[in-house]
Amino acid sequence: MIKDNPNTTLFRQTFRRLLSLVCLCVSGAFCSATLVRFAPGYGVQERELDPRFSAQSLEALRQKQMAHEGLPGFYLHYIAALARGDFGESDSLKRPVRQLLRERLPVTANSVVRGLGIAWLAAASLASFGLASRGWLYQATSTAFSSLLLSLPSAVVAMLAVYLRTPVFCAIAVVVFPRLHRYIRTLLVRSYDQPHVLAARTRGLGNAVIFWRHVVPIAAPPLLALLGVSFAIAFGAAIPIEALCDSPGVGQLAWQAALSRDLPLIVNVTLVICFVMLAANSLADFAGRALAQNTQ
Amino acid sequence: MSPLSKVAAIILAFIFVLMMLATIFVPAPYAQQFRDVPNAAPSSAHPLGTDALGRDSLSRLVYGTRVSLLLAPAAALLSTVIAALLGIAAGLLGGWIERAILTVTDLSLALPWLFLLLTVRAMLPLDVSPMLSVVIAFAIMGMLGWQASVRVICAAVRGIRDSDFLLLARSTGCTPARLLLRHVAPNLRPLFYAQFWISIPLFILTEANLSILGLGVMEPMPSWGNLLRGFEDFSSLAANPWRLVPLILLVIVVMCFQLVLPSPEVTP
Repeated sequence: MIKDNPNTTLFRQTFRRLLSLVCLCVSGAFCSATLVRFAPGYGVQERELDPRFSAQSLEALRQKQMAHEGLPGFYLHYIAALARGDFGESDSLKRPVRQLLRERLPVTANSVVRGLGIAWLAAASLASFGLASRGWLYQATSTAFSSLLLSLPSAVVAMLAVYLRTPVFCAIAVVVFPRLHRYIRTLLVRSYDQPHVLAARTRGLGNAVIFWRHVVPIAAPPLLALLGVSFAIAFGAAIPIEALCDSPGVGQLAWQAALSRDLPLIVNVTLVICFVMLAANSLADFAGRALAQNTQ
Repeated sequence: MSPLSKVAAIILAFIFVLMMLATIFVPAPYAQQFRDVPNAAPSSAHPLGTDALGRDSLSRLVYGTRVSLLLAPAAALLSTVIAALLGIAAGLLGGWIERAILTVTDLSLALPWLFLLLTVRAMLPLDVSPMLSVVIAFAIMGMLGWQASVRVICAAVRGIRDSDFLLLARSTGCTPARLLLRHVAPNLRPLFYAQFWISIPLFILTEANLSILGLGVMEPMPSWGNLLRGFEDFSSLAANPWRLVPLILLVIVVMCFQLVLPSPEVTP
């Protein structure tokens, strides 16, 4: 029996993942286009009610609108524009969506990355400390603390952040931390209870050596998958936090778009976020697989 | 069930019964204004004081809790039913149907939950009656909250599909409907219960977030989210600590739901 080279398998898996990413993005674009096309109020232009426009101008506007009236034509136009990087124009802000995204995405990315950094550091430190001291007091305290944070709506955390004048990334970290802590703790405990770790302990290896050389390599692939998921949690938390903390990011933009029913804006923002999330998840998944292969 | 879980279940049952009997003991209807006493401190007439519009806070809290505690389970039931239908279809039929369902699931799982809710909420009219806003908010959650459950149910059904007892049932001439109802569904029941219970606190918190952002339940209908909007001025809470009661109640209920549930599986 001929066995595949591990590198070939990894390459094949990566290729499949990329292909599925492209397919998901195309289907996401179609879904977005459908949502915009069939949303109530599509095709109604405020300019048609403006008395300053002449009859000829109004007719020209309607002709322009009619050009994409048919569904296939609309899809074709939408996908072609997306391929060119043209996300259309925001109805409420009267600015190109691309420009808005270019301004706001870095703000959210900055908050999310810093927030995730703090949350990961805190969750991993606390979970590792818990591994060293597995007493009931620590278990009860940490469970109660993370349950309390999990029970707070992100919007309340945001309002508290406004009151305490803490930066947006701290609020994101507070929202993400309890979710990470639960998973990381369970993963580490499960890895620590493996028979080979017990064998290493009986041979008298130090705690640090056991942790870094025997526990972490086993827990690393699922932890990397968790990293991908944590991006989605952080971006989700960014909406109420940015909206209430008045931070000019994508979350605030999506909230404003939803309040003003600016469909082209919110649908395209969602599409871009979807792409970012898929890319992050794929990257985490790929890294996890590569790491698992190396560990084996 | 651990003793802590039992205590949590008793607290939940107590709060639930209290909310059901709300109309008997609340001082006033939730929308009635006492215009001469806005922002009043607790008194015998208004045990939790009044809000800025002079409405009795206890009445609003009780009715708001009723809205959240009745509709979050309804939304959870809807999402569990959708997840069950899709998961069973994907797991049993397999092939391109399974791939299609899991692809759609992946696509919606890739999106942050609140982004998805905002997008769909923006498609619907915002200027609706308070009652309709409640229905819309929870219906959207119910219809969009199934993704994570589909994967779990599909994996479980796939395991059952390849099991010996199902092969035996098939070989004895069981019809597909009988297979599904007598052999597959009973084995998935614990999973359905777990998904249902997991969804309830998630939907309660999501409603609170949406309502605080002005996209959930509309005034004057009370809900936990609406009541928490008063926290925008946190500095006033030190002087009026009784205003924290809605948040405390929300935290207690969500924590109780978390304690009643089994600890989460490590499948990020």
